[in-house]
Amino acid sequence: MPDQDQYSWPPPEQRTYIGRRMGRVDGLLKSTGHAKYTYDYNPKGLLYGAFVRCPYAHARILKIDTSAADSMPGVKAVEIVQKAGSEIYWAGDEIVAIAAADENTVRDAVRAVRVEYEQLPHLVLDTQEPPRNMPADTTPLSLEDLEDMFSNQVPAAQMTKELKERGISFKLEDAPLDRVPSNIAEAVKSAQQKPPQKKAPTWYKPAAAETQGDSDAAFQAGDLVISEGVYGLPMITHCCLESHGSVSEWTDEQHLLVHASTQYISGIPGQMADAVGVPASNIRAVLENIGGGFGSKFGPDRWGIYSAKLSKKAGGAPVKMMLTRAEELEVAGARPSAHARVRVAAKKDGTLTAWDSFGWGTGGPGGGGSPPIPYLIRDRVPNYRTQWTAVVNNVGPARAWRAPNHPQACLITMAALDDLAHKLGMNPLEFFKKNVDLTGPRANIYSDEFPIADDLMGWSKRWHTRGDSAPGPIKQGLGMSMHTWGGRGHQSECDLTIQPDGSVTITMGTQDLGTGTRTAIMAVAADTLGLSPQQITLLYGDTRYPMSGGSGGSTTIGGVSSTTRRAAVDARDALFVKVAPALGASPDQLECANGQVRVKANPSKALNWREACARIGAVPINAHGKNLGGRDPLMNSGVGGVQMADVSVDTETGIVKINKMVAVQDCGLIVSLETAESQCYGALIMGISYALFEEKVMDPTTGRMLNPNMEFYRLAGIGDIGELVVHMMVNKYDGRGVIGLGEPPVVSPGAAISNAVANAIGVRVPFLPLTPARVLAALEESQKGAAA
Amino acid sequence: MSVRDDRPADVSRRKFLKISGIAASAPLVIGTSVIEVQGQEVAVHGPAAVPVVLTVNGQRFAAELEPRVTLLDALRQRFDVTGPKRVCDRGECGACTVLIDGRAVYSCTTLAIEAQGKQIITAEGLSGQNEPDRTQAAFVNNDAQQCGFCTPGFTVATKAFLDKHPHATDAEIAHGLGGNLCRCGTYRGIHGVVAEITGREPKGNAGTTMIVDRLATSLKGDA
Repeated sequence: MPDQDQYSWPPPEQRTYIGRRMGRVDGLLKSTGHAKYTYDYNPKGLLYGAFVRCPYAHARILKIDTSAADSMPGVKAVEIVQKAGSEIYWAGDEIVAIAAADENTVRDAVRAVRVEYEQLPHLVLDTQEPPRNMPADTTPLSLEDLEDMFSNQVPAAQMTKELKERGISFKLEDAPLDRVPSNIAEAVKSAQQKPPQKKAPTWYKPAAAETQGDSDAAFQAGDLVISEGVYGLPMITHCCLESHGSVSEWTDEQHLLVHASTQYISGIPGQMADAVGVPASNIRAVLENIGGGFGSKFGPDRWGIYSAKLSKKAGGAPVKMMLTRAEELEVAGARPSAHARVRVAAKKDGTLTAWDSFGWGTGGPGGGGSPPIPYLIRDRVPNYRTQWTAVVNNVGPARAWRAPNHPQACLITMAALDDLAHKLGMNPLEFFKKNVDLTGPRANIYSDEFPIADDLMGWSKRWHTRGDSAPGPIKQGLGMSMHTWGGRGHQSECDLTIQPDGSVTITMGTQDLGTGTRTAIMAVAADTLGLSPQQITLLYGDTRYPMSGGSGGSTTIGGVSSTTRRAAVDARDALFVKVAPALGASPDQLECANGQVRVKANPSKALNWREACARIGAVPINAHGKNLGGRDPLMNSGVGGVQMADVSVDTETGIVKINKMVAVQDCGLIVSLETAESQCYGALIMGISYALFEEKVMDPTTGRMLNPNMEFYRLAGIGDIGELVVHMMVNKYDGRGVIGLGEPPVVSPGAAISNAVANAIGVRVPFLPLTPARVLAALEESQKGAAA
Repeated sequence: MSVRDDRPADVSRRKFLKISGIAASAPLVIGTSVIEVQGQEVAVHGPAAVPVVLTVNGQRFAAELEPRVTLLDALRQRFDVTGPKRVCDRGECGACTVLIDGRAVYSCTTLAIEAQGKQIITAEGLSGQNEPDRTQAAFVNNDAQQCGFCTPGFTVATKAFLDKHPHATDAEIAHGLGGNLCRCGTYRGIHGVVAEITGREPKGNAGTTMIVDRLATSLKGDA
């Protein structure tokens, strides 16, 4: 067996499937409608669950009367979720859960429940700039504070810093430290214990300013070009097409089976155990396919927990709890908003010298994200000052949304830099090239990607200064942006079994979000064993299989590919030992290729796969694959990508049309090329969607979302996308190993499109989405300015 | 029992009140009853379940359904035909698209009782036993699917669209397939599907494609 550190990826000439277009292995299953999702699971005796939800954005429950529902024919179970006296922080929060024999009955039962509320003052808007110089919260951190930080993806460095400075007000034994990253757990353990302090109620949670150098002085220096602006993006939703939900059933008094639409199947039992009152080992969670997650489906959620509780009450009958579309858009998570007032300075030759920003945004009751501003160049701009204030309000909860915090930081930074380039009179491509070293370790990647993007877009040939001078109302423009993401693979394990009859099975407790996880696992196993994917069976999506991490943070491809490679190499080498005598060679002289086990130096000395496996004997070969987590040399982190957009804007109607987008993307060693490209195409389209259309519109009076449907919460359609060009950096950075790709390409489109619109019409539209109303308002504002 | 606003769209409120007044005083009958309203015979369905027979993918399905049950819910919940998906449930996204007598319709805004006596084809019924439907195969060839939740509806819509527009233009695609929404962003692949079937040059084909094809050629050359 090879030493743990000696696992490596096969060289290019030994890759038949890795890095090639092999076709999605689950393709036909999906396109013919046979793929099964959680929503499609219809066991015998199925009951339908639904929630009574709070209609107010902020309220206290005074009284709950379920008697009319209890006695309704067909109602099988009723559970109070939040008792009288509870304070509710967003409209749509769950109050009572009900299960009934059919869906219409459960909806009738929900309507029959009477709940009395005391309405409390609410805030759902976040566009108003918060007051400056508010003191940062120095009170000791409560468990809720920590939970908020996790749900808002506050960076680990900031969490450990705050733990050190503020201390904690909870007992260590109350904290679920086994479920948080080890560095955070250590910081919690070493944090100072302090008595809890009452916090003054506030809508604002300011974080301490972060600085480098002396930005105030830097802006005073002579011979600078300074640009100022306000930029922002609203809250948007995930709008997974398969809504959130689960089907739970008790197979006996002590054992629970859960079908969950989740991005983390291996993590479901541990997250449900306490709530449903059985050990995690008594809970089996399964899924075959998931209809979208995008960061919003990691936990069992109330719908998972209450499907199990209702099932228990109903004698173990399966209870399906899938959210309606309105619920999906109102309560199942949203991307935090972000706005910032920015001042940025450069020398006349374009060298960036100083950044100053004051930002704010909301993620609902938990506050909001903490975008890494200035994006990409933070820590390397000689002077910066950046401050962030979270707006704590009643818009509903935030969840991780594909590349948490990055699209926000990217829009704010790249728009500000694009405005600065305009003031400098520089082509933005030249400006970004000039300052590329500020991006640090990935400067060489961006430098490799710039000319490719330039070529594919025709940027240098077609770029014009701001404001298309062509006659007529239609103005065309180009914009660009850059991005990064971590994407180091998660911890993952699998078993790979080779039977004496030659059949091969892989079992892994992972899930395939449609990113191509199954295809990638097959590519790695097939190339390692010299087989075709059709000869391998993959079993996944079940907690009975070896654990694999959650599909978040673009960690899946690194996790599953490294684990599969390790298991397949070990199984292959065990097979070599069995086969070597028959081929008259030593095991290390053998290789697997073209469905054969053969002698490397003399490929005509070979056994076909079945003949070779017949030498295994009675006991199948089983290899357990387990990657090394963060230090696994088969994987890495930190990708670079450059994107460009070409738009046309009708200055009479304000309508923005995408002509073309180019994405040039690195992700280290590419495992599955076709599905990798599809990730980029999909990210461009999702980016077009949030750049032009998407916004969770809140009504300040009622505190409710005004567009919880797919007519007014608009997604891009097939006619909205223009021409899309994706260039993967193939065979360029293979030596870095495998790096996650799902999130990074969705970071840049908002900024690239915003910059293209500014280039077309000559004025910045400060906020996304770039709706006709916002475009026309920006044009009108600029004309007022010109007239004055 | 509670009063529900389930009246069909073509019944005026005034007429509806009269009908419901009569229905409320008549004994509740399972199934469809015929009552006389202003000298005319009117069929009244429900509110209790009525026998419904549907022909789905060539197979006969029968169930007792309340008249308010949509075709989508009948297919999914009663007949376990789950290719059509419930996403928006109000005619906005197309994930529930099925063919009724060859026409693409949203099954979430069609009542099951309306679809009786018609040929209903879902994504599962497009392909033959041994050979996949050409459109569905093209979805695989062009990787026009990711999570796959919009896909069964999209394949049905695309087939119906291409049957009608064998030489579809970009404007026709934008309009004809604009009623199906995808969250993962597979539209570029779907343009590829249309290109494959109509025999057009696919758009946006620069980028990696050229490089990898060159690479594959050079590797073959080495072997």
